[in-house]
This record gives sequence, C-alpha cells and structure tokens, in this order.
Amino acid sequence: MKISNYKKLRIGIAILIILSPVGLILPELLKAGGAWGEWGADEIEKIAGYVPHGLKKLSELWKAPIPDYAFSGWDKGLKSYMGYIFSGIIGAALVIGVSMLIGKIFARKNGNS
Amino acid sequence: MHIPDGYLGPITYGSLWAAVIPIWIYASKKIKKILKASQVPLLALSAAFSFVIMMFNVPLPGGTTGHATGATLIAILIGPWPAVIALSITLIVQALIFGDGGITAIGANCFNMGFGGVLVGYGIYKLISGSKFKVQSLKFKNSDTETHRSSLSTRHLIGAGIGAYAGINLAAFLTAVELGIQPLLHSGTDGRSLYSPFPLSITIPAIMLEHIFLFGIVEAVLTVSVLLYIKKSHPELIRG
Repeated sequence: MKISNYKKLRIGIAILIILSPVGLILPELLKAGGAWGEWGADEIEKIAGYVPHGLKKLSELWKAPIPDYAFSGWDKGLKSYMGYIFSGIIGAALVIGVSMLIGKIFARKNGNS
Repeated sequence: MHIPDGYLGPITYGSLWAAVIPIWIYASKKIKKILKASQVPLLALSAAFSFVIMMFNVPLPGGTTGHATGATLIAILIGPWPAVIALSITLIVQALIFGDGGITAIGANCFNMGFGGVLVGYGIYKLISGSKFKVQSLKFKNSDTETHRSSLSTRHLIGAGIGAYAGINLAAFLTAVELGIQPLLHSGTDGRSLYSPFPLSITIPAIMLEHIFLFGIVEAVLTVSVLLYIKKSHPELIRG
C-alpha cells in the first residue's frame, strides 16, 4: 500500500493547495465576509448587540496554533496567500498522516485482493 | 458550517459528542471489515481532498462565504463509513490546528458534515443511480486494464450531483437547527441567550438560503467534475 499509486490524485490535490488562495482572494474581491455563524466574540457583539456570557467563556477555551489558516504577522496580501498555502500543506500532510495511521490499524491486514 | 466554540451550550454539544462516538466506533468496525489495506491511501487522499476543498471559500457577493465539503464524493469513492472517518479526521485537524470549528463542537461538526451529510448524500446517490460502482484495489490494474469498462453512467453522475446537493443541505440544516435552539435551551435571567443568540427563525433562512442557492450547487458541480476527472485519470477506481 503505497500512496504513490494514486499519482494523478496526488497531483490534483497539490494543484488545489497551490490554487487555495483563490478561496481568500475571491471573497476579498466580492466583499464577502466569513461564513454565517462563525464570527468571533467581537463580531457577534456588533451583530447581536451583546456578547453572550457562555459564548465568551467557551470561545476562549482553545488557542489553535494556526488560527484561520494564517500565520501571525502574515495576515495581509501576498503573505496571507503564502500562509494559506503553507496551511494547506501542513493540514493535508497531517490529515494524510493520521488517516494512514488509522487505516493501518483498522484496514484488513491481508486485504490486497 | 464549522460551528465554533461557544455557539452551542453544553446540552447540545454534549449530546452531539454522545451521538458521534458510537458512530465512530461503528464506522471503525465497518472499516475493519470492508476496507482493504490497499485502499488506505485512497482514504488518506480523500480526507486530504476534503481538507483542501474546504479552504476554497465561495463568496456570496457582499455577504458571507461558504464552501463545498466533498462528503458525498468521498462516500461514492471509498464507501460511506470510511468517508465518515475521512471527514471526521479532517474536521478534527481543522478544529485543533486551525481553529476552524470549535473543540467542544467537534461532535456537532462531525455529526453534521461527517455523518449526516455523508449518509444522506450517499443514500440519495444510491437510490438514483440504482447500482453502485466499486473502488477497486490497484492490484487488478495491470491484468484488468484492457478489459476494464467504466460503469460511471450518466445516471450515476446525476445521482452523485443530486446526492451531493442534498447531503450538504442536510448538513447545513442540522447546523442551523443546532444553532437556532440555543436561545430556547440557554437563556439568562435577562432573557438573553448564553450561547448562539439567534433563534431558528433567523438561523434556518440565513444558513439554508445560501446553501440552497449557491453552496449546494457548488458541491454538486464539484462532485460530478471530480468523478469525471477520476474516470479519466484513474478509471480503475471506478468499476462496475
């Protein structure tokens, strides 16, 4: 079981990662914000007029190492696009690593046929 | 559709954690039975595909953004239960590393996108296509390539497109309901919600309209396009 078997699929995913800044650029061009219902506490205050107590508390529970697929200081323009691509590489690599591990644990051992 | 920490109160996120854990256990058992070792890379690539495709934020001009998930597509390629695992791995990495979706809401997000979206999308696909094509391990590639005839018919493609559209809309609907019941479940003495502040009458139209008219269509087009790409690039993966 080698991941190299699915060459064209890997190339397809690599191309998607390189193109991923489109997912930042298009919303910027068309003046679209984030997803509905995924606002931070400060944004929710603007929309609802208050910050719900429980929401504020829980929202501070976890500090993600690469929040919003952006590296600190790399939050605008070309740097944000580079950061987005790096995030894509890191994320895809992690997801592949974890999947291979779980797959190895669970998949049929002698199941090549 | 990635619910952040704080939007769901403990009753909701707790229930959805409780719902998703047996789903994971069942899916793992299914994987043990049906997934061949040679298909593991395809599971991994599927999860990576889902991760990357969710980075393509599709803008609603002047409004919000959304994205496809690839849930139905992955279920068609590797089977629904392996797809549940693939989507869940993606959603957990997104939450832990990128803060996309909350930690407390992992149960909810995996239930909505990784389970609801996958099973409904795949179920409708099967219903419409009538039969299913199988993912085949590459061991057969050399011996079978010449005789191989792809069974990816127009009917399969229509089923895949409609299934994908329905799947993402169901996931969106589950999300809207979970968010919308928060003011009912948890309100302070001042009548204000402790968690997500919007009632069902706001969350359902807000989330559903954008998925019915835009993101659902994006998901359907993506699903059909990738199936056509795979038919061309890796026809051995699609067999009758």
